Amino acid sequence: MFKAFLIKYGEIGIKGKNRHLFEDALIRQIKYALKPVEGEFQVTKEQGRIYIEALGAFDYDEALASLQCVFGIVGICPVVLAEDEGFEKLAEDVAAYMDARYPDKRKTFKVETRRARKSYPLTSMEINAELGGRLLHTFPELKVDVHNPDIMLHVEIRKKINIYSETLPGPGGMPVGTNGKGMLLLSGGIDSPVAGYMIAKRGVKIDAVYFHAPPYTSERAKQKVVDLAKIVAKYAGPIYLKVVNFTDIQMYIYEKCPHEELTIIMRRYMMRIAEHFAKETNSLGLITGESIGQVASQTMQSLAATNEVCGIPVYRPLIGFDKQEIIAVSEKIGTYETSILPYEDCCTIFVAKHPVTKPNLKIIRRSETHLQEKIKEMVKTAIETAETIIVEADMDP
Amino acid sequence: MEAYFDNAATTRCSDGARDVMVRALSEDYGNPSSLHGKGMEGEKHIREARKNICRTLKAKETELVFTSGGTESNNLAILGAAMANRRAGMHLVTTKIEHPAVSAPMRFLEEQGFSVTWLDVDRDGLISLEQLRESITPETILVSIMYVNNEIGAVQPIQEAAEAIRAKNPGALFHVDAIQAYGKYNIHPKKLGVDLLSASSHKIHGPKGAGFLYVKEKTKIKPIIFGGGQQKNMRSGTENVPGIAGLGQAAKEAYEMLQEKQEHLYQLKEAFLAGLADVEWAHPNGRTGRDSAPHIISLTVDGVRSEVLLHALEERQVYVSAGSACASNKPAPSSTLQAIRAGKGALESTVRISFCPGNTLEEVEYCLGVLKEAVPQLQKFSRR
Repeated sequence: MFKAFLIKYGEIGIKGKNRHLFEDALIRQIKYALKPVEGEFQVTKEQGRIYIEALGAFDYDEALASLQCVFGIVGICPVVLAEDEGFEKLAEDVAAYMDARYPDKRKTFKVETRRARKSYPLTSMEINAELGGRLLHTFPELKVDVHNPDIMLHVEIRKKINIYSETLPGPGGMPVGTNGKGMLLLSGGIDSPVAGYMIAKRGVKIDAVYFHAPPYTSERAKQKVVDLAKIVAKYAGPIYLKVVNFTDIQMYIYEKCPHEELTIIMRRYMMRIAEHFAKETNSLGLITGESIGQVASQTMQSLAATNEVCGIPVYRPLIGFDKQEIIAVSEKIGTYETSILPYEDCCTIFVAKHPVTKPNLKIIRRSETHLQEKIKEMVKTAIETAETIIVEADMDP
Repeated sequence: MEAYFDNAATTRCSDGARDVMVRALSEDYGNPSSLHGKGMEGEKHIREARKNICRTLKAKETELVFTSGGTESNNLAILGAAMANRRAGMHLVTTKIEHPAVSAPMRFLEEQGFSVTWLDVDRDGLISLEQLRESITPETILVSIMYVNNEIGAVQPIQEAAEAIRAKNPGALFHVDAIQAYGKYNIHPKKLGVDLLSASSHKIHGPKGAGFLYVKEKTKIKPIIFGGGQQKNMRSGTENVPGIAGLGQAAKEAYEMLQEKQEHLYQLKEAFLAGLADVEWAHPNGRTGRDSAPHIISLTVDGVRSEVLLHALEERQVYVSAGSACASNKPAPSSTLQAIRAGKGALESTVRISFCPGNTLEEVEYCLGVLKEAVPQLQKFSRR
């Protein structure tokens, strides 16, 4: 029955003179999200709302699911469109709508009319009163409540007449692309895809870097990371994923440095390489899935040690999250099932039995001097040989 | 060079099997149940396959049920026998080293109120006939023992087991999972004293998605798939004509010059093991002589996790399995290796090498070279 969606957006509305930039970005993201959906859509901006009309037949559930992935959308109202064929016909259409949507009529309601087309013969107040009266007459079980109704029935007089009464939740946040770009350190775990999601939610476009270590990590582990990026791309738009072969660097550190410091030093080099790519592609910060104290390399001391090598900000949106809270988000956004597939990533495979939890920066720096001979060349090679995969959202589950 | 040594996981479909499948798909595509000529053509493929397979088994053509593969054959044998005979008793016997396609239906039956005796194996993976005898009671309705173990290639004394079962309880049925044995050995179920025998097509250079269960005449089992009553009600569903045709052709080819092929496989195995005699880090599991399966080697490599070794070999186009690839990619410790009381090291660091007659001594040499180069490198970087 629905032929259109009215999109409500929150924060964008208060962005002053930049407002049109945010709205245009939101329209762009909506169009991108609707591209794989069966059907054709017209997306327009009018009077402070975004309005999506389906041109012909379309898959309602698919369209709704896609819209619910677009950051910046606070609410989605499925709209019934009626031709303007006089008030009598309008009253019939409204009654039919109520009958179809609310089989149980023991509810309170209020009619809320907006006249975008001021040439309509009745005023908004007149329409409210007249439609309300007729509905009460047709469905005696209905009651009017103008302060706190169960059903807020909106009637908007535009070129066509719009009837809607429900607002389904959108994901909130801000349209991707309105807040610069960030480089996500993506692993196959639970946390990093969630971190990417959360930063993208604030309007940041996401690039990503993945470190793999063949033969210690498998092709399947890499495929898993691509699959995770695909899911994040449903929300964040296409992701440029850099795949860096990290084996030689890892081995070299393993050979030259104390084993309990391996993870910290490894992460410092990952940060350095990620920062290189970030600068190269105009990302303004790094994004990680770290959370204080979750593992040895995420204590305050360890974070300080890895942070030290970065010249650009490192955003850690999960920093105060417990594991259960992170899992809850990953289940909500659909990455959890993929994250828990059992393939090794390069962080876990060489982990020491007792890694340092309170690394001393001076000692770490001194250990890194053992790498002087070859590390620059190795980092250069890793950067040069990195593969770039453009990951597009895959609408299949 | 490429060396595909994962033939116990699956094999390349033979050209002959592929060709007959293409015919069955594109020309003789009729439904065998259709009454017209096109249907007859489809049925002809099934008759041909049935004839070819029964010749290898020395079985009657009425004793064969085509299935979707080894897993279904095992399920049909076990669940079908249990359902048909539960009034005679609720006791089943199997071993601790069965493939999940046997152990999982057994555990399902345990949940349904049957009791199951799980036979131990020795360090070579062999059951004790003594323990088998002791386990059989008047309540026993089914014994299921695999012919060749898929992980370490242990070969069970099937004929002796059959005699032991008959002696204790002539009414008990004997099922043999021969998925790794069919096509490697001459297997004549009647002579062996076997009532039910499972085999799979894609382990013998046939297509995936086909297999059969031999059901000795007058053996009481119930179907587990219900529908249109095809295959005398034992397995409803339109026959997978191309798959069955491919399986029939592959079976025929597998048994051409069997002795020569077997000899060749043993030579590959012996060359492989001889090539590793001079290193300290390689330890075969189970028996390695001609009393073991010709095509399977289970090898523990000290200090290198199996997954890592597998990927290192893969970089040089050598393809092997970690433990048993057939049991999906869950990194659970192998139950066979646990049952033969292999150490913790073996559970983490065992690969399976499995040959087919198409493999060559050159490939073995190549693989040995790759192993000897890769393993010492990888050992340096094991978890400290």
